[in-house]
Amino acid sequence: MPEPQQVRIKLKVNGKPCELAVEPRMLLVEMIREALDLTGTHVGCDTTYCGACTVLLNGLPVKSCTVLAVQADQGEVLTVEGLAANGELHPIQKAFIDQHGLQCGYCTPGMQLAAYHLLAHNPHPSERDIRKAIAGNTCRCTGYQNIFRAIESAAELMGR
Amino acid sequence: MYPCSFHYHRATSLEEASSLISELGPEAKLLAGGQSLIPLMKLRFANPAHLVDLNFIPATSYIKQEGDTLRFGPLTRHAEIEHSDIAAKIPIVHDCATGIADVQVRNRGTMAGSLAEADPSGDWAPALLTLDTMVHCLGPKGRREVALADFIQDAYTTMLEHDELISEISVRVPPANSGGAYLAFKRCAPVYASAAVAVQLTLDDGDCGDARIYLAAVGLTPIRAVEAEAVLRGKSINPETIAAAAEAARAAADPQPDMRGSAEFKRQLVFALSKRAIGLAARRARGERMEASHIYA
Repeated sequence: MPEPQQVRIKLKVNGKPCELAVEPRMLLVEMIREALDLTGTHVGCDTTYCGACTVLLNGLPVKSCTVLAVQADQGEVLTVEGLAANGELHPIQKAFIDQHGLQCGYCTPGMQLAAYHLLAHNPHPSERDIRKAIAGNTCRCTGYQNIFRAIESAAELMGR
Repeated sequence: MYPCSFHYHRATSLEEASSLISELGPEAKLLAGGQSLIPLMKLRFANPAHLVDLNFIPATSYIKQEGDTLRFGPLTRHAEIEHSDIAAKIPIVHDCATGIADVQVRNRGTMAGSLAEADPSGDWAPALLTLDTMVHCLGPKGRREVALADFIQDAYTTMLEHDELISEISVRVPPANSGGAYLAFKRCAPVYASAAVAVQLTLDDGDCGDARIYLAAVGLTPIRAVEAEAVLRGKSINPETIAAAAEAARAAADPQPDMRGSAEFKRQLVFALSKRAIGLAARRARGERMEASHIYA
């Protein structure tokens, strides 16, 4: 077997500059979890369905199981670990706790990043806007109602 | 799951991408949005030895209007089309963009990638087939323009040569007395549609002039419902003609039973979606502004 190709990439993850060498077939989610040890981003279905691996790449939600790490070169990644600031949970995270927007918690990081992107662009979302924003995120526990409430409540908290 | 090992190449221009893939041969593939290719590679259904990444080529993601033509770049993402005021000038294009999969997939997936893949359940082909759509191709032998109807040859098969790529997609803006709608029915956001119908109608003095109706996910390629179009042409659009056209569309569908439903269920979907889409298209042709998108179960 010839040595696999290594590609050097430079990017920012949660605001922090990173430089690493990756095999081209490494998925963005593996780079985040294995190379950077940020295990808040989860692998759920691994087939572009469930959205547990959702992160923001250059400000946009993507399923990080369906993006190659080399494609994040020169880019910026935001994971759930980047939501809290100065030891304070983000209002979205607080709202998920207050409204019981999670049970097992597996989908939560992806849900919160989808919600983060929604509220950054649409501070007063309708119920339909919320449903559309998290349509790519599957939750097998809650039935979604408390997740809607959490996102509505986060919108209020952030609007204050 | 991760793909088999491959060699990664980052193109800096479309010309370079085309010559790279020409040199690397049939074991090389182009990477655009990657929302179908990467899952296929993870499942080891596709094992390219080389990937040529188009995503770092500058100025490939655009939506421009020139006269009565909209031009879409080779890397223009579904989400950019969804949020574009220019693209909204053709409501059927907006309908299609806004309902493809989910936010995450729309942020990566591209219109050109969807057409080049020619998945029988793809959303873009049926919607764009109801319009005058040209696919601009670039290869080592030069450039050519192909009408979308000729471009798609079979399931997962297009006219593109191995070393050719889509450099642009151009769509003529329909006249003001024309209206269209794209309706797809799916079980939930991230999956392909169980059935979909695209309609574009032109009204002349209240009667239907030109009519184009395509069905998707119910055959190996988008199916043109010729009989359904003939039912409408020259007639007024009313509940009777709509029902007759929808019945003809049902007869034109050729679905396979699968995890998305039985053949009978899909034919019934085609009937119901056709009725709604024709009604919507007619109202839009009369100048009404109406929202439409994919319908979830």
